[in-house]
Amino acid sequence: MSTPTAHYGFAERWLPRLVLAPSFLLSLIFLYGFIAWNGYLSFTTSRLLPSYEWAGLVQYATLFDNERWWVAVRNLGIFAVLFIGGSMAIGITLAILLDQKVRFEGAIRTLYLYPMALSFVVTGTAWKWMLNPGLGLEKLMHDWGFTNFTFDWLVNSDMSIYTVVIAGLWQSSGFVMALFLAGLRGVDDSIIKAAQIDGASLPRIYWKIILPALRPVVFSTLMILSHIAIKSFDLVMALTGGGPGFSSDLPATFMYSMAFTRGQTGLGAASAMMMLATVAAIVVPYLYSELRKDNNG
Amino acid sequence: MRNLKLGLMAASMGLAFSVHAAEVEVLHYWTSGGEAKAAAELKKMMEAKGNKWKDFAVAGGGGENAMTALKTRVVSGNPPAAAQIKGPSIQEWGDEGVLTSIDGVAKKEGWDKVLPPVVSNVMKYKGQYVAAPVNVHRVNWLWINPELLKKANAKVPNTWDEFFVTAAALQKAGIQPLAYGGQPWQDSTVFESVALGVGGVDFYKKAFVQLDPATMSGPTMIKVLETYKKLKPFTDKNASGREWNLATSMVINGKAAMQFMGDWAKGEFLAAGKVPGKDFLCVAAPGTANAYTFNIDSFAFFKLKDKDAVKGQMDLASTLMSPEFQEVFNLNKGSIPARTDLSMAKFDECGKKSAEDFKATSAKGSLVPSWAHGMAMHSSTQGAVYDVVTQFWNDDKMSAKDAASKLAAAAKTK
Amino acid sequence: MANAERTSSERFWRFALYGALLFAAAYYLLPLYVMVTTSVKGIEEIRAGNLIAMPTAITFDAWSKAWSSACTGVSCNGLSGYFWNSVRMVIPAVAISTMLGAINGYILSKWRFPGSNLVFAMILFGVFMPFQVLLLPMAQTLGWLGLANTTTGLVFVHVVCGTASTTLFFRNYYVGIPDELIKAARLDGAGFWRIFWRIILPMSTPIIMVTLIWQFTQIWNDFLFGVVFASGDAQPITVGLNNLANTSTSVKEYNVDMAAALIAALPTILVYVFAGKYFVRGLTAGAVKG
Repeated sequence: MSTPTAHYGFAERWLPRLVLAPSFLLSLIFLYGFIAWNGYLSFTTSRLLPSYEWAGLVQYATLFDNERWWVAVRNLGIFAVLFIGGSMAIGITLAILLDQKVRFEGAIRTLYLYPMALSFVVTGTAWKWMLNPGLGLEKLMHDWGFTNFTFDWLVNSDMSIYTVVIAGLWQSSGFVMALFLAGLRGVDDSIIKAAQIDGASLPRIYWKIILPALRPVVFSTLMILSHIAIKSFDLVMALTGGGPGFSSDLPATFMYSMAFTRGQTGLGAASAMMMLATVAAIVVPYLYSELRKDNNG
Repeated sequence: MRNLKLGLMAASMGLAFSVHAAEVEVLHYWTSGGEAKAAAELKKMMEAKGNKWKDFAVAGGGGENAMTALKTRVVSGNPPAAAQIKGPSIQEWGDEGVLTSIDGVAKKEGWDKVLPPVVSNVMKYKGQYVAAPVNVHRVNWLWINPELLKKANAKVPNTWDEFFVTAAALQKAGIQPLAYGGQPWQDSTVFESVALGVGGVDFYKKAFVQLDPATMSGPTMIKVLETYKKLKPFTDKNASGREWNLATSMVINGKAAMQFMGDWAKGEFLAAGKVPGKDFLCVAAPGTANAYTFNIDSFAFFKLKDKDAVKGQMDLASTLMSPEFQEVFNLNKGSIPARTDLSMAKFDECGKKSAEDFKATSAKGSLVPSWAHGMAMHSSTQGAVYDVVTQFWNDDKMSAKDAASKLAAAAKTK
Repeated sequence: MANAERTSSERFWRFALYGALLFAAAYYLLPLYVMVTTSVKGIEEIRAGNLIAMPTAITFDAWSKAWSSACTGVSCNGLSGYFWNSVRMVIPAVAISTMLGAINGYILSKWRFPGSNLVFAMILFGVFMPFQVLLLPMAQTLGWLGLANTTTGLVFVHVVCGTASTTLFFRNYYVGIPDELIKAARLDGAGFWRIFWRIILPMSTPIIMVTLIWQFTQIWNDFLFGVVFASGDAQPITVGLNNLANTSTSVKEYNVDMAAALIAALPTILVYVFAGKYFVRGLTAGAVKG
């Protein structure tokens, strides 16, 4: 906090707050007001449309009894771990490779980055084809004479969530690459030079010096990826529709189909609250540490 | 919330809200071949009456996205003039107090005289018409490509035992017996026909209309589930997620021999220029020749603020029920008119058969609502039952007994 | 790689490096390749051939059909109308949310006041909201505001939901601008607005690029809000694409579907191809500093 000095005028002191007020009120009313409203709904008997008849914890009890909900939660776990971990691994690797002064860097970078430009609806449609056993990769392999080749994850209940991971990685890992490339370019060259003169090997330099310097980037990337993971909705809708059965359901699609397709607004609201609680559990500590840092810095 | 509302009202005083006069906005999900043609006919007729048609089509998943859009529109206090809603959902929307009565039109045109009670009861909320039916679909059909049956020397099945003999013969001849689309609503469509054929009409009513838990988990249900699961080896593994009309086109193009589907599938056959009785056969699903699962498309009408739009609504209600529209629409869509006073001369043999069976089963009491198509249960119960059926179909480790007890639990969903 | 003398092992590593980069490029390109080739094949060829094969005869019929004559419900005007709806929506939404983000970021980094961190935290949490939570209450609110299913309403929704991310971007960037600059300007008698226009904005090009690209992509590609808050003639292109791709007569025209998907994706792809370097440059300039 910079303390206001004496020559701050009255207007100067209040103007920033005034200018900020609209945005603040917008988020207060819309985001927090709606969260509260949604929270209230989760304790009501709301069905087709919101109603305000108090029902206590009934919706939560129903939710925790619902097998499909737990499938969705488990899927989110699988998806989040593989998607975040995979994007990080691929992104960091590609960034390091690209940082080796390669030719055509700009073109290659654009290639890696463009999937981010596509909507999940488009991504889902394209991968749905590629992974469809009768149309895509499997058929291609058969046509080439590898008749034993099978790749039927898309239509296999046990594996369908992994197809969502594949498409998700394709979409987001290039973006992670861009973030890390930016981070690598921001690392001070003189430290690396000094380490090289000391005879440290390249992998060692990366491991010991450069990656630790990228900690803030790792952190913001983790944040961005976890929020993509929690919100993944269009991708599942376009790729598997939550199928086969409901084997690739995620909490976001679960909430959508309960609240909107099935007229169980109360149950949908309860599942949304659980999602919010999860997000809060991840984000609040992060925000806290962010702001602590600012106060000290 | 109240104070906030007032504040926002005050804030929005400056924003006048206007709708073009006599514009009739209709929310529907008829976006595929025969259905889109039928919807275009409706638009033409409305425009001939001097109304401006505002199309609000939302595709996908048997109207799932359309229902989402409808809900937000109603919540925002700005519903469309009419929306495609059917079955018990009409009552649910009625309970929310957002539907408007079209009883004036219905009385003037004598709807009660031309609609069978089983249909008109669904269209009324507290004794007043709030919706207009446009058709009756029969769901328990089996569509057959006769050429393929001939190739395999197999005969048209009338019972489930015969069905499996036919399917095995087809498979032996290297023909895929069953075209199948693996989406939850399609799984349940097939399952429903199996249940009606294996369990019979009384079992069907007890289980799916009265939701009796003992019947839901009883030995007959287990047998139904086992029979249903026996179909799986006769489908291809790429069925997962396939749209129904793509499965139908497999039968049309000779890639598969049979499909269980309601008679909207006929619209696809006709759109492909196929002749019923020659290029394709329509027979009742095995064991259900004397029963009829009905699925009625209807439009419910919403309360509007705008007077001009109300006139458009009444025009729409009367157009939907007019003999001309019911005829042209159903010729396109594969269903039969909801009005029972129309000549079926222009219809093909499948349509004629459907109309005869509709009257006959109605008299016998074996006319039953299709629960898979939202004619018998609330959407939440129906969704929960969908989940079990779909899970059972896809999960080869689940026993029929477990599935039956899950069904009983799902039937309790409020 | 400062060494000028190339040993054979080094050459091997270079080779391996390019191999790995090319392999990754193939992975990223494959779906696009499939989409593009499929969209210029005839329907017969698609059914007979396989996915990866090069088209034997290139035809752009599918493209013209997707753009101007494919049917979505009762209207058969292709995607062109939806496309312009999206353009009309995306420009104001991106401009407003970027501007708000810039001013908010400026205040939250350079004009702190007691509690400003809390304000920032609250706005930031908005980045992580699952948007499904907003649908019903937002619908009700838009109804009260008289903005239900208008393009204006859709712009409003995107601004409300997008300001959180843009604020985050700008604040993190501005934190890196030395406070001394501001102090010096204040001593010269410049006020709140003047510092913003004269000093801060001219330094903001990289982050403005990042924010514009990010917001453009997000808003252009949104499906959920489009399907829920826009009706018939205001629907954005993602909804049009969904209507078209789910509209299948007995013959599923994969080539038209793919052409439609590409049309829907074209603006954002072009933005990345032509402005991608500014995006990476902007990130380098400090948008990702933790």
